[in-house]
Amino acid sequence: MKDNIVIVGGGIAGMEAARQLLKLGYNPIIVEKSDRLGGHVAQWHCLFPDMTPAKDVVSSLIEATGRANIFLNTEISFMNRLKDSYNIMLTNGVSVIAKVVLVTTGFSVFDAGKKEEYGYGVYDQVMTNSDLEHWFNDGNDDRIDGSEMNAIGFVHCVGSRDEKARNPQCSKVCCITAVKQAIEIKKRFPDAMVYCFYMDLRMFGKKYEDFYIAAQRDYGVRFIRGRVSEVSENIEGKVIVKAEDTLAGKPVKVTLDLLVLMAGMVCNPDCSTLAGMVSLQTDSDGFFKSRDNIADITSSSRDGIYYAGACTGPKTVPETLAEARSAALEIHSYINRL
Amino acid sequence: MTMENIFGFSISPSSTVNLDNVDLTLFNRLHELEPDAWKCMSCGSCTATCPAGNFSGMSLRKVLHALQRGKEKDAVKMLRCCMLCGKCSMVCPRGINTRHLILSICKLYKED
Ligand SMILES: Cc1cc2nc3c(=O)[nH]c(=O)nc-3n(C[C@H](O)[C@H](O)[C@H](O)COP(=O)(O)OP(=O)(O)OC[C@H]3O[C@@H](n4cnc5c(N)ncnc54)[C@H](O)[C@@H]3O)c2cc1C
Ligand code: SF4
Ligand code: SF4
Ligand code: SF4
Repeated sequence: MKDNIVIVGGGIAGMEAARQLLKLGYNPIIVEKSDRLGGHVAQWHCLFPDMTPAKDVVSSLIEATGRANIFLNTEISFMNRLKDSYNIMLTNGVSVIAKVVLVTTGFSVFDAGKKEEYGYGVYDQVMTNSDLEHWFNDGNDDRIDGSEMNAIGFVHCVGSRDEKARNPQCSKVCCITAVKQAIEIKKRFPDAMVYCFYMDLRMFGKKYEDFYIAAQRDYGVRFIRGRVSEVSENIEGKVIVKAEDTLAGKPVKVTLDLLVLMAGMVCNPDCSTLAGMVSLQTDSDGFFKSRDNIADITSSSRDGIYYAGACTGPKTVPETLAEARSAALEIHSYINRL
Repeated sequence: MTMENIFGFSISPSSTVNLDNVDLTLFNRLHELEPDAWKCMSCGSCTATCPAGNFSGMSLRKVLHALQRGKEKDAVKMLRCCMLCGKCSMVCPRGINTRHLILSICKLYKED
């Protein structure tokens, strides 16, 4: 009989792992909390650095995992350790015995409303990076449709690198996401001024720097080095942004038709619930803690429990997919050792 | 007074920050009192929000930077404009108790 492997989370990490595990002859069971597969990527438009349509990535994964058991709208209600396996009860009443549990519960987008000084949910013309991805996909958002777009600003590090928001860590993907979105906005509104307010630009990945150069040179996106300290709204409903232009050493003020907050990737609050069930460790940033951050990123401290993707920290799509494949292989050799 | 004078940077070669000769004795003492003195990442939030900044050129970011580069006189001169209102403490993303830090700077550096 094929070994069961319970995969918690049907985002790209969970699906890629399921795809590999099917090929290796296992019976992956995907337990997905929401009513659809694909996680966050299913909500994005195009992916940096090549502007691959996100829906292509997701639909090919959905196709490849067609033979897996998939439970939507389902979570783990409890889990306990047997001799060399886990007894898992799902919220839909199904119970499963599995030698391995792969956790792929991903991340949460920081709730931008918590940074009150940025006015999300208060001022009409303030949105988040996620809202903008939705607009790229469905073209439906009053904040953009109802207004003239002459000047648009992006605020980096919203809820990241911020001890006041209790997230000192860098979310890693939002600098390049801002560049991606700034270019996309410029393509749609070529005459608009587009500003990115940043503290440091983290262009760590393959072709990211090219993207940044294109934003500067070919699209005329203006990069201002200074963290936005305050946002207000004038009587016409436009947003006024204040920062220090730290390179000029002078305060700057600009009036914008739209402000986009680059909300960071923070830990999924379910981490602590799941961790509590089988005493897994979480890190100081709230994400799951790997057995080793260099040599053993996909292992937990518990036998038979593995991680892949953004549940251990901010990751890009290619990094997530690579980890999912690596976890599948680790799982395969673990089961062969038992 | 021009910006260059306050800031201590101008194009003339004599204003080069020579890291070989910077005397950080006092700053190290400050660091003992205020472990966060090196934690600033120069984001400018404090300056943008400072009520004294727009008129006097006061910038806590510049003060800390000047101290770290041994430009103590510029820093002390700028600090005179601070009203100790503490607004900067509310915005600092590195969680520095900036008001407390400013008080310690005032105590340590006023001797000379
Ligand atoms: C605005 C934005 C834009 C981005 N753009 C790009 C880009 O262009 N290119 C790129 O490479 N990366 C991009 N990223 C990063 C990308 O979103 C992540 O790399 C990717 O989503 C990680 O996939 P994942 O499967 O690990 O996690 P997720 O996408 O978070 O998926 C996790 C899944 O687990 C489910 N789940 C959560 N908790 C439970 C639970 N308790 N029980 C059951 N199921 C659960 C969730 O419902 C979800 O389906 C972007 C990120 C942001 C924030
Ligand atoms: S990736 Fe960029 S925007 Fe995101 S937290 Fe890090 S520095 Fe800030
Ligand atoms: S405490 Fe001083 S430096 Fe800080 S905001 Fe007030 S006046 Fe400005
Ligand atoms: S707000 Fe804090 S980190 Fe930013 S420049 Fe001021 S002191 Fe430094």
